[in-house]
Amino acid sequence: MTQKIQRHWLVWPTVLAGVMAILWLVVIAMYQVDPVYLISDKLVTLLVIFVIYLIAYIRTKEHLRAPWREVFHRKLAMIALIFISVYLVIALIDSIHFRLPLQKNTVTEQAQYETRVLSLFDVLVMPLRKRVEHSYSAPFASYGLAKETLELAAGREVRDYPRLRYGGTHLSDPNSQTLTDVARSLAKAGLITLVIWIVLVAASIYLLAWQQGQGWNEKRQQIWREQTIVPWRVVFATWGVVLFIITSLIILSADYHVFGTDKVGQDVLYLSLKSIRTGVLIGTLATLVMLPFAVLLGMMAGYFRGIIDDIIQYIYTTLSSIPGVLLIAAAILSIQLYIAAHKDTYTLVEKHSDLRLVFLCIILGITSWTGLCRLLRGETLKIREIDYIQAATALGVSHFRILSRHVLPNVMHIVLIAVVLDFSALVLAEAVLSYVGIGVDQSTNSWGNMINTARLELAREPAVWWPLLSAFVLMFILVLAANLFSDAVRDAFDPKLRRLSGRV
Amino acid sequence: MTQPILQVDDLATYFGHVDKPVRAVDGVSFSIAPGQTFALLGESGCGKSMTALSLLQLVPAPAGRIIRGRINFMGQDLLRYSEAQMRTVRGNEIAMIFQEPMTALNPVLTVGQQIIETLQQHKQMDYAAALQRTLALLDAVRIPAPKSRIHDYPHQLSGGMKQRVMIALTLACEPKLLIADEPTTALDVTIQAQVLNLIKDLQRDTGMAVLLITHDLGIVADNVDQVAVMYAGQIVETASRDAFFSNPRHPYSKKLFAALPTRHKRGQTLEIIKGSVPRLNRIFSGCRFVDRCDFAWQACHDAAPLWLAEADKGVRCHLYDPKVAKAAELNPAIASPTPSASATFTSTTEAPLLRVHDLKVHFPIRKGLFKKTVGHVFAVDGVSLEIGTGRTVALVGESGCGKTTVGKAILQLVTTSAGQVHYADMPYGQLDKATQRRFRGEVQIIFQDPYSSLNPRMQVGEIIAEGLDVQEPTLTPAQRQQRIAELLAHVGLPDEAISRYPHEFSGGQRQRVSIARALAVNPKLLVCDEPTSALDLSVQAQILNLLKSLQDKLGLSYLFITHNLLVVEYLAHEVAVMYLGRLVEYGNVESVLNQPLHPYTRALLAAAPVFDQQGKQQLHALEGEIPSPIAPPAGCHFHTRCPQVMPICRTHYPIATRQAEGHRVSCHLYSDVARQQTK
Repeated sequence: MTQKIQRHWLVWPTVLAGVMAILWLVVIAMYQVDPVYLISDKLVTLLVIFVIYLIAYIRTKEHLRAPWREVFHRKLAMIALIFISVYLVIALIDSIHFRLPLQKNTVTEQAQYETRVLSLFDVLVMPLRKRVEHSYSAPFASYGLAKETLELAAGREVRDYPRLRYGGTHLSDPNSQTLTDVARSLAKAGLITLVIWIVLVAASIYLLAWQQGQGWNEKRQQIWREQTIVPWRVVFATWGVVLFIITSLIILSADYHVFGTDKVGQDVLYLSLKSIRTGVLIGTLATLVMLPFAVLLGMMAGYFRGIIDDIIQYIYTTLSSIPGVLLIAAAILSIQLYIAAHKDTYTLVEKHSDLRLVFLCIILGITSWTGLCRLLRGETLKIREIDYIQAATALGVSHFRILSRHVLPNVMHIVLIAVVLDFSALVLAEAVLSYVGIGVDQSTNSWGNMINTARLELAREPAVWWPLLSAFVLMFILVLAANLFSDAVRDAFDPKLRRLSGRV
Repeated sequence: MTQPILQVDDLATYFGHVDKPVRAVDGVSFSIAPGQTFALLGESGCGKSMTALSLLQLVPAPAGRIIRGRINFMGQDLLRYSEAQMRTVRGNEIAMIFQEPMTALNPVLTVGQQIIETLQQHKQMDYAAALQRTLALLDAVRIPAPKSRIHDYPHQLSGGMKQRVMIALTLACEPKLLIADEPTTALDVTIQAQVLNLIKDLQRDTGMAVLLITHDLGIVADNVDQVAVMYAGQIVETASRDAFFSNPRHPYSKKLFAALPTRHKRGQTLEIIKGSVPRLNRIFSGCRFVDRCDFAWQACHDAAPLWLAEADKGVRCHLYDPKVAKAAELNPAIASPTPSASATFTSTTEAPLLRVHDLKVHFPIRKGLFKKTVGHVFAVDGVSLEIGTGRTVALVGESGCGKTTVGKAILQLVTTSAGQVHYADMPYGQLDKATQRRFRGEVQIIFQDPYSSLNPRMQVGEIIAEGLDVQEPTLTPAQRQQRIAELLAHVGLPDEAISRYPHEFSGGQRQRVSIARALAVNPKLLVCDEPTSALDLSVQAQILNLLKSLQDKLGLSYLFITHNLLVVEYLAHEVAVMYLGRLVEYGNVESVLNQPLHPYTRALLAAAPVFDQQGKQQLHALEGEIPSPIAPPAGCHFHTRCPQVMPICRTHYPIATRQAEGHRVSCHLYSDVARQQTK
């Protein structure tokens, strides 16, 4: 029976991964694009595959499912999760890179591609990327921020605020019309949202009812009375909010620069959306780098004790006594030197800024594993004395098997809690580091870089506040959602807290 | 009859959801006279502790709530009291001591500070008076050198000392009623006897009433005036102590007596109470005990029995209700216990299965930067014993004497410092790691705590298969599956247990899983480390029966580590008595228990609250506590507590002398050298 289950849980994630790969190949063949695999993209792919398998595994184990069910039962956690998922989806779409084909050169018969590497996200929001103004413009503005010398039809020159090339061009008198036009667009977005939402919710209820063999009406009433494990009523409401935000952004950004434009006229909304990938990547990849160190060394130190414990302890106490910023600065500077020395290998801008991003992840991971390692060592010290480990030793089970079958599953909740708690801290760390100038490359879109440039922009007269606001809002939503979600995860997985709430 | 000090009427405390409450206490009535000791007896999960907490209105809110009832304490209805009023009652009028003395004292305050603070608050004493009173109190609870002890922090005291301090703390305000919730469960037998005697003496001096909550029939036998048996949230029987022990009336009480392992029941299977305590979240239509009762008939299923009160006793059972029609014939299942299938006692003349010679386990104490060894904990210091095939050797002693370490050293779970462990003439301890791992299957261990001995993340099937996978990796999945099913059947668990997790099982069932895991690798010897001490009496009987039948069927040998002498009498062939890392007496069970030679063995036997049907005995408490194994006393380790101590005991450790056939004792009372010297 156990054999059957094991074969079973591996099937669907493998099929899913296979389907995704085939889909990608089909897209490449159809659109004749040249796929570009950045290092970070490969790592993201690895992470996605890992997560898919992990979910499949968790579904087979009741003791793993139960706390997750508790997480999904919490309304706040579900709301946070929906917002996080939107960020994750954007980050994933933004991680599929390729170069579009140019017109075929008939002479050489060789396929030629644009020099610029685009992501799937870039293609989806192409208009946003292409509509570049001259310079700064405020959110929803139809005029530039600074006066320019304009040439009138009669040949006269006049100093005035120029009309923007793309923002609010459909308005004859922007000053009086903008407000009503925005309101009209929002109403339109509301209507469209309503239609999509009704279809979506109806389909979901139908699916849920079908899955559990219930009637449509019965399911609907159950959801309305909140008798389901997942609080679908709240989930549907959040869907509505998210849908409304997305559709209104789409509709409004067709006519306006919702978050204004920056110094070179790029749409700030586009820049902040592109920054999502950087933030999410650093939050996840740095933990990915950290985990093997922390888990392996922490468990080994606690389990074997003696000389191994001493060595590992000395390593992490030494490492954690060096200021992290110092290490990071040193690492980033040396990677810059390395890139400068190997200019030929890194012909594409994207490639060398990506290398720096990955390195930042690695160095953040290396400087942050000590805390979790220390926690795991302590927990393993406790667990190794518990009777079931002794029983396993008495049965002649090998050290490796004891570590993987007895210790690891029993410290997994700590790992999980640490990962979700670290995520938001790392997103913030990236912003701080980029602000200081030792974060990601200047050419990489990131909230930290946006905040860094905002330092000078705020000093201008009139102040340019919107890039800062935009970065702040997007980062705030992500970090807040991540924190709320991690709270729920900690409550559900921490045995001490659970005992308090579950006491009868 | 005098006015009772406490009268409880129809008390009910519910827990959890309003629609589906857990009826922890469901209509409990009793009364306690001044100066009386009243015992509330029952298995875990019967609502004993909840009753006590309800009396003080300490039920954890908002989950629990008192639904109805009246608590009349010295003419006042406590349930009408406000929280502020209750605070003047708690401690002043009714005091409570808890099971776990470790957690009941504040670890960051000294013992003296805690008592003085209590006195200053409740009695409005000034500091000097409070200090005087504290010293008197500590003296009253027989703490030696109270002047220096009041500056100690709780962690510097032993468990028994802490419980004494707790008692001193509760006595500080001279309560009229003392509630003792399993006060000695966490303590050793000798310390238990000391504490129980102390409570009895204090009660005599102060005239307070005591509500003693316990699951131990032995404690009840020695210490109380009135007994109430609790079952599933209700009191099913009350009687005076003598009446209860000479003629228990409720079938549940009868069963409890029958489940007790004693010497008279050797070679017989113990009477067990089938099933377990019912969950209290349902509404009972009939008697709550009906599913486990041997006498049950239709009426028991149909209607809940009424409380049938007589002068000073009462019972809740249809058997005694004249208005309920009896069944045509009663099933007298308790009458005669059946002897077990084959009580074969193999002879010990053949080579013993396990020979332990001069085993020593010293744990080094390291200090400083370079981890220099500054001393040793002499956990096991020269133990020799032999276990024959199919025999049970019991290892007895107080906690901290190194019994468990002996067990673990035999399994090579701790590194031995010296001595040999020969298993079937093979030097088990000296094998290299790889060979040792192969022989791991021969000796297995069963732990005391059924909750920590199973990995909560693994299914029962996986747990049992763990040893199989290591020792017999060649099994096909089908064979493996079949073996697991066989093992489950062996230990009396249902087939579907295979895919369930440990937390879905009760303590007794978990212990069965532990046994199945050990049996998976076909061991010849099982080290049982107090396998039943965490279990209720009725479940203990089930596990003991299982171990006994497995021994008969498979010819297993047991090293049975325990402090429960009743179990020893019932199960063991040989007894080894251990004190501070060394064996002080060794021999077969009859000679050691009938003619104990070593003063320590005698003290252990005297301290164990053994009851017979009438006799009410004063417990003979051994003075003092077990010394630290870091610095054992010079000479005979026991001389600090020995009532028959001689000068030589303080200087020389006695050599083991052979008394009768196979009966060894290490005591100067029996060594010729010492006798000559004293002449």
